[in-house]
Amino acid sequence: MAAVDDLQFEVIYLCQMDLQMRLFRVYSKEFGNAATSVAANPDATTVSIEDPGETPKHQTGTLRGSGREEDDELLGNDDSDKTELLAGQKKSSPFWTFEYYQTFFDVDTYQVFDRIKGSLLPIPGKNFVRLYIRSNPDLYGPFWICATLIFAIAISGNLSNFLIHLGEKTYHYVPEFQKVSIAATIIYAYAWLVPLALWGFLMWRNSKVMNIVSYSFLEIVCVYGYSLFIYIPTAILWIIPQKAVRWILVMIALGISGSVLAMTFWPAVREDNRRIALATIMTIVLLHMLLSVGCLFSFAFWSMVLWEVASTAGKQNEQSQQEN
Amino acid sequence: MAEAEESPGDPGTASPRPLMRDLKAVGKKFMHVLYPRKSNTLLRDWDLWGPLILCVTLALMLQRDPADSEKDGGPHFAEVFVIVWFGAVTITLNSKLLGGNISFFQSLCVLGYCILPLTVAMLICRLVLLAGPGPVNFMVRLFVVIVMFAWSIVASTAFLADSQPPNRRALAVYPVFLFYFVISWMILTFTPQ
Repeated sequence: MAAVDDLQFEVIYLCQMDLQMRLFRVYSKEFGNAATSVAANPDATTVSIEDPGETPKHQTGTLRGSGREEDDELLGNDDSDKTELLAGQKKSSPFWTFEYYQTFFDVDTYQVFDRIKGSLLPIPGKNFVRLYIRSNPDLYGPFWICATLIFAIAISGNLSNFLIHLGEKTYHYVPEFQKVSIAATIIYAYAWLVPLALWGFLMWRNSKVMNIVSYSFLEIVCVYGYSLFIYIPTAILWIIPQKAVRWILVMIALGISGSVLAMTFWPAVREDNRRIALATIMTIVLLHMLLSVGCLFSFAFWSMVLWEVASTAGKQNEQSQQEN
Repeated sequence: MAEAEESPGDPGTASPRPLMRDLKAVGKKFMHVLYPRKSNTLLRDWDLWGPLILCVTLALMLQRDPADSEKDGGPHFAEVFVIVWFGAVTITLNSKLLGGNISFFQSLCVLGYCILPLTVAMLICRLVLLAGPGPVNFMVRLFVVIVMFAWSIVASTAFLADSQPPNRRALAVYPVFLFYFVISWMILTFTPQ
């Protein structure tokens, strides 16, 4: 037991040291020589920066373990305060320089894979943003996942159309290239405008009700972008022309990505009026459902429905003509 | 790896550059793409003539018949052009944002030249399509496009992967994969009216 306590103390100490070093590096950039003169005495610098009141909470939170939801929040509380500070300091280049935009692509391969994995396996109680993004939101994931999704939808819609009409003598295959631009508009609009609206709404509610957890705009864009990943294999599997299979696939995709979004945003609205909180979550899930209906269904399902309607109408016409 | 110098040619010569020299440079780069080795020629002496010729050829072969007014057909000439250049620019920007040390035009040059195998695939597909439609026809075209697609990826990765830090290589190579996949799809689904 003593060894375990020692280990936990080591971990806490290392976390604090790491955080202090990061804070120190950030402030040394701002204050130049003044900071380097106290470089020999990092403890002195960090005591002045850190709020002593927060430190014991941070320690007790870690000691109790991060499995319980209150501790997740407590960690989130400290993390959000400190990371807001760090986030504010990180993007210190003016927005017209290239370096400013490079901060949004500061991710490694394994980090992107971890975030994708996190969006595929929503674990109740674990917040996607706190667990994976941790104040390093990236634009790489959302942008390229959306791009892949657009082409996956266009290609699979085209293929499923082809398979439905396979064997018909009058059918002439067309690549339906124009659908790519429609899909691109819808998906990129969804991936940018909905997070913008949600962020505006959350900021407005934050001014009325004090929330423990608040997200920056880029973190919301990040969550939405990564939550769309599940639709890529769904779109590819949609080539299978069975209605039941397609319904099941859409339900699974909606379930997974909807739950990732709901679990991410529930802590942000929980403190609010019960009705508003529930309405917000319902709206998020509803918009997600509209996306599935709009994109996946439109390319293959509706064309299949229309084709069935047309063919039954054609058969009825033939029958009525034969009777006459 | 230090950023290689951009060398657009001799700016100070009084006489106009001989056409044969430029054509030879383009041809040499074509050879480098067809037999990809780790060499710096493509990066050092970048030019955009080769990519332009390839892009125009590909777009001319891929465009649908202008007289054909069918709404959901293949791409227009301008659409292919835009996809190739916009895609190449996006990939280059992505590579630079991730921290790669390749210059903008060098990356465009590499991506443009590595379309050469796919242009060859398009030529072969058009010839094969003259024999008439059918499943055998399709299998031959599928095989050719897959081989050329793999060739393009290998050629461009040989040049581009080294410019990225090792922990981000996959992130920089994936958009290249997507780009050539889309072009291959357009080639494979080309149907003459």
